[in-house]
Amino acid sequence: MVETKIRVDHVSYWYSGNQALSDISLEVPARSVTVFFGPAGGGKTTLLRLINRLNAQLENTRMEGSILVDGEDIYAPTVSLPELRRRAGMVFALPLPLPGTIRQNVLYGPSLAGIRDRARLDGILYRSLVQAALWDEVKDRLDSPASGFSGGQQQRLCIARSLAVEPDILLLDEPTSGLDPISTAKVEQSLMELKEQYTIILVPHSVQQAARVADYAAFFLMGELVEQGSGEALFTRARDQRTEDYVTGRFG
Amino acid sequence: MRRSRRTLVALRSGPEWAIEAIIRVLGVSTIGLVALIFIFLLTEGLPAFFEIPLGNLLGIRWYPTSELYGTLPLLLGSVLITVVAMIIAFPLGVCTAVFIREIAPAWAREILKPMVEVLAGIPSVVLGFFGMVVLAPVVREGLGAPTGLTTFTGALVLAYMALPTIISVAEDALDAVPKSYRDAGLAMGATEWQTIWRVVLPAARSGILMALMLGMGRAIGETMAVMMVTGNAARMPVGLDALLRPVRTMTATIAAEMGEVASGSTHYHVLFAIALILFVLVFAITLASASVMFRRRERGGLR
Amino acid sequence: MNPHLVQKLGFGLLALISLVVVIPILLVIGAILAQGAPAISAEFLTAMPRDGMKAGGILPAIVGTLLLTAGTGLVAIPMGVGAAIYLSEYARDTGLTRAVRLAIVNLASVPSVVYGLFGVGIFVLLLQFGTSILAGSLTLAIMTLPVIISTSEEALRAVPMEFRTVSASLGGTPWQGIRRVVLPQALPGIITGVILGLLRSAGETAPILFTVAAFYLPALPQSVMDQTMALPYHLYVISTQVPGMPLSIQFGTALTLLIYVLSMNVIATLIRGYFRRRREW
Repeated sequence: MVETKIRVDHVSYWYSGNQALSDISLEVPARSVTVFFGPAGGGKTTLLRLINRLNAQLENTRMEGSILVDGEDIYAPTVSLPELRRRAGMVFALPLPLPGTIRQNVLYGPSLAGIRDRARLDGILYRSLVQAALWDEVKDRLDSPASGFSGGQQQRLCIARSLAVEPDILLLDEPTSGLDPISTAKVEQSLMELKEQYTIILVPHSVQQAARVADYAAFFLMGELVEQGSGEALFTRARDQRTEDYVTGRFG
Repeated sequence: MRRSRRTLVALRSGPEWAIEAIIRVLGVSTIGLVALIFIFLLTEGLPAFFEIPLGNLLGIRWYPTSELYGTLPLLLGSVLITVVAMIIAFPLGVCTAVFIREIAPAWAREILKPMVEVLAGIPSVVLGFFGMVVLAPVVREGLGAPTGLTTFTGALVLAYMALPTIISVAEDALDAVPKSYRDAGLAMGATEWQTIWRVVLPAARSGILMALMLGMGRAIGETMAVMMVTGNAARMPVGLDALLRPVRTMTATIAAEMGEVASGSTHYHVLFAIALILFVLVFAITLASASVMFRRRERGGLR
Repeated sequence: MNPHLVQKLGFGLLALISLVVVIPILLVIGAILAQGAPAISAEFLTAMPRDGMKAGGILPAIVGTLLLTAGTGLVAIPMGVGAAIYLSEYARDTGLTRAVRLAIVNLASVPSVVYGLFGVGIFVLLLQFGTSILAGSLTLAIMTLPVIISTSEEALRAVPMEFRTVSASLGGTPWQGIRRVVLPQALPGIITGVILGLLRSAGETAPILFTVAAFYLPALPQSVMDQTMALPYHLYVISTQVPGMPLSIQFGTALTLLIYVLSMNVIATLIRGYFRRRREW
């Protein structure tokens, strides 16, 4: 029996009058990697951002349907955005370290939440960096500016930063798009370890990556959810011809 | 479950709400300030229009001690000195902006830009002092005027005070012209010089017009320097020799006489009426140039 | 005529015009420096005026200007930075926001002497502050507000949008993002803008004419309800109202004011340059 972490229920979304998502329904199982994949403009990133309501800061948008996390409607008016975002951490396509040191970056979220205890903060720092497979590389330079590290290190720092707020869910939007193959492999490796504890949704930067990491997959095309299922099913015997074509590289 | 489940619902924290409220009030209070200034000028200035016959107010003689409140010489004085200042400053300013943006080598730019900033920083009273002590004698002897404190002297000082505004706004306007325009001009075989005059400047014309208007607004409201170098004679600035005679502006009249009038007297109300006219005049100029400015703003705020 | 020759002549002409702009600036500064420097001495800067201000120093005017700058900053900095945060971080593109922007542009264009009148009416008379440092500072603060708002807003907007998004994605409230990431990053720009605003107010005469400035005071001000002398007004007075005033004292006063104002200018430029080189984005 698979536990459902996130339930997307008949979600449609408009941005400045253009429909970006139409009637999407899907379930994201807990403690596994789910990939949202498909050609650019398909709505995968949009849906990802709807899950922690980062689109709340955009104007001229409209959403229908509902998204439930642990059975709670996250678009209910009583929901606190900071609480939601602590539950669902986000990693962006480009590494976006905040100005400051490695330590300051990782501990930014916990300190926002009001954690002041030094020992506890040090614990969070260690745990997050280890989980993001970065500890060994930065343990002697925790107080160096984050901007001085490589792109791959910075992106793993961003993952560590998200983990530091102890989310249940990790949303990753093409986290390896700017990285070289070695760094990409390291990030993917850490994802494999993280899925033991976290519900991970990944927008991959290639079909190959999707096939490598997906436990479950959903294929998006022009705002529609074409097909969803286990990763193995989608990438080896897709039911829909469009999925099949995309996966085998006939378009996209 | 790794830990006890939190609910997503949390009360909005108190200080956060209070801080946002304060910031919003501060932002919106700027409207209140403008309204307050306007209402205040209205209540103190409007009575002048009831206490004095319009014929007197629009007359050509300003002798408050004899109950003659003809504002025409002051109005014309302000207009004349502003126009002359702009005739000097506008071509100088636009040419300098073109030089800085389009032609000057880096080292020249590194000198020119700080110099213009320095000029903007020199207090009005210091320029007025310089105009009075150094410039006025030169004007008197050089142009054979009976006194060095003339419309021309004032306009010259004003022109330099308006220059930083004109230069920086015109620079922004040139900066906003896409590089592709220049490339297109050059690709068609035009020289850089031809491209500047036939492509870049026409493309930047609305911004350059704005530079003129903002410079004008700056000049018409200037007080201390004008008061110190124009001689302050409230006579009608008509005739060809008006440039080499003393003149008196609206701003200088307020500054010179406000200290001596009794609060609530007719003279007091007239000074406020003049301030009201100035306020409305400058507001109109600003409004016209603001319409150009708002077109540039695009990005919205957070949330 | 050969277009390249035209271009050469044209460029030469523009360079010449730029010289016409720059040379008078140098002349003003040079003349005031040359004639004012001999007048400046330790006594000039630290003594009270004597003999109907024709001898002695200008200490009360210096102190007054410093006090007015401080008072102006105390009022204008929190108000201006607050309004800038509103515009940059909270305001959406609504009619209200446009009205606020229009109000700020308008405030920036109001002639300084009109601010002086407003100050007399509201602070001196209506609120009964009398001609005082309080009334003068408030008047100067309102005048300085639009400069501080626009420069601060520009500095805040220069901070990449992504930092706000990252802060929000880590559970930060909008204000937390502003206070912990955006403001620290914008601070150098804000400080530069504040200094530029304050230096303009420090040199202003018209707004303080009727709200605070005193012709001559035998003692330094003791409270914010006292009048004070101030450098710009003092220069105006001794150069126009006092017959037989030694020219050296006039130039000395002008130089002192110029140095005060231009040194703030230099500091602002240095801060801007220093942090621009150091920032990580």
